[in-house]
Amino acid sequence: MTAISTRSLSVTLGRRLVVRDVDLDVPSGQWVGLIGPNGAGKTTLLRAVAGLVPYDGSVTLHGVPAHELSRRDRARELAVVPQEPVTPPWLTVSEYVLLGRTPHLGPLGRESGEDRDAATQVLERLDLLGQRERTLGTLSGGERQRVVVARALVQEASIVLLDEPTAALDIGHQQQALELLDTLRGESALTLVAAMHDLTLAAQYAERMILLDEGCVVADGAPEEVLTEISIARHYDAQIRVVRVDDRVAVVPSRHRPQP
Amino acid sequence: MPPAVELDAAAPAVQPVRARGVAPWWAVAAGAFLVLSLVAGVLAGPLELDAGDVVRSALAKLGLIDSSPLGETEEAILWKLRVPRVVLAALVGGMLAIAGATYQGVFHNPLADPYLLGVAAGAGLGATLAISYLPRALAGQQLLPLAAFAGGAAAVAVTWAIGRSSGRERDVATFVLAGVVVASFFTAVQTFVQQQNSDTLQEVYSWILGALPSSGWSDVVVLAPYVVGATAVILVFRRVLDVLSLGDTEAASLGVNVGRTRLLLVVAATVGTAAAVAVSGLIAFVGIIVPHTIRLLAGTSYRGLLPLSFVVGAGFLVLADVIARTALSPAELPIGVVTAFFGGPFFVLVLRTMRGGRS
Repeated sequence: MTAISTRSLSVTLGRRLVVRDVDLDVPSGQWVGLIGPNGAGKTTLLRAVAGLVPYDGSVTLHGVPAHELSRRDRARELAVVPQEPVTPPWLTVSEYVLLGRTPHLGPLGRESGEDRDAATQVLERLDLLGQRERTLGTLSGGERQRVVVARALVQEASIVLLDEPTAALDIGHQQQALELLDTLRGESALTLVAAMHDLTLAAQYAERMILLDEGCVVADGAPEEVLTEISIARHYDAQIRVVRVDDRVAVVPSRHRPQP
Repeated sequence: MPPAVELDAAAPAVQPVRARGVAPWWAVAAGAFLVLSLVAGVLAGPLELDAGDVVRSALAKLGLIDSSPLGETEEAILWKLRVPRVVLAALVGGMLAIAGATYQGVFHNPLADPYLLGVAAGAGLGATLAISYLPRALAGQQLLPLAAFAGGAAAVAVTWAIGRSSGRERDVATFVLAGVVVASFFTAVQTFVQQQNSDTLQEVYSWILGALPSSGWSDVVVLAPYVVGATAVILVFRRVLDVLSLGDTEAASLGVNVGRTRLLLVVAATVGTAAAVAVSGLIAFVGIIVPHTIRLLAGTSYRGLLPLSFVVGAGFLVLADVIARTALSPAELPIGVVTAFFGGPFFVLVLRTMRGGRS
């Protein structure tokens, strides 16, 4: 089944066309790496799919046109892990993660036992139960990132959009975070779309990569098809070599231009 | 569609997590503070009343004992002046504190106070117009609060219209700036009217500094429905304020209609504030100092902060009123002077203590 489908999706911010005519189909359960240079429109594309910015064209989630879904229903289909999540320092880990239940609550916003059980199980799964009473202000960067992922999972949405999920993490924590997401994807049939700057890391986890430049999809396919020296040189204006590590492509910076 | 994250159907072995809400310890402390303030408010004043006599008088009122030990004058002072004034102080203080906490949450601005969107400047203009141009007999009790309420509500409506017309409804900074502009404009008009009518200068000035009237139960009856209604709306939506504290975009991604929720909360907080300002004048600082002190001490989410703010704000203003009534007795200090004079240094103390404790 197709989890996300867009047709002629365009977003204008101010007077600038930031996303242009994007047609995309993401099957359920796929891990898509969304890449592109700064300002290519990655974040805006994710926000349009999540309904957080006005757009032209259409977005369909699991076959239902997104504009027919209420905000609540959309939030049950799709969760967002933003690039720089706001983590109020006074909230405890439990309180913050429980906020992920918002689209499941009744009009008075009472959290039921079911909501608390769901939050507890996600915290247990992400090995955060020991931190449940700590306030967000006292967490390390890696712990905070896991807590934000926990909040998105508690939403019980089958699509998770991640904007630079590992930007603030060291290489060990980057790998742990992505391994965790990959495991959860397998366990729960999640569809993941992650915008990432680290091309090598993205290539190790994504089954499919989409390269955006100036709001257009300029390459779409398996990592080894998208990450070519010529393509990256052109769209990133970067000098790189593409090598293979453990049967996966890796992008390495180089001070010499590749030979044509 | 099946839920995406297939959670284990068996109940978890551990105790489920929960939000703290109001911690019992803090609820007891805040309640005790309010009760002590109310007792001090009833007993303090030029006429000293004995606590036991007051209790017996109350029991007599309830018909539980036959007669009150107090004389007729004392009875009148207690039940027609002091108790209504203490209740009024509690309502105004609670309203300003919970409205301040609401504004801070809705506008993501720790320095937001209930006067942020121009309600104070508008109410000031309304009151000045009433004092300057209405016939004496009318201005006094009946129409001054009404004029102040109308002015405050009008100023906020203008602010909201300007904030919306910029077309960036989600940008809270626009509303804050519009509030600054509207407040300056209304203050300018108010100052002009005041200069044109210098004979009423003192009356206008003392209204602006804030004073609780000793007008018996009539103001309580007028104010109570607004405070109860506004507080009820805010408390029903207190969890949404925690969601809004994640920022507008994240709140929207969690399914919250940010624009509508913000409007509802702002209307509730503003109506309550305008009603409080209408009977008491402009009492500074309560809306900022009370929520921040609670947050520094109890470190709580909005779910806990909002009810605690109401209770502590009520007690705080009753105490401030005791000082306003007794410090220069029989003259009265403007209560706004008291709240700023004692509130400011106390807040600095709390701030320093907490910083010291954390470093």
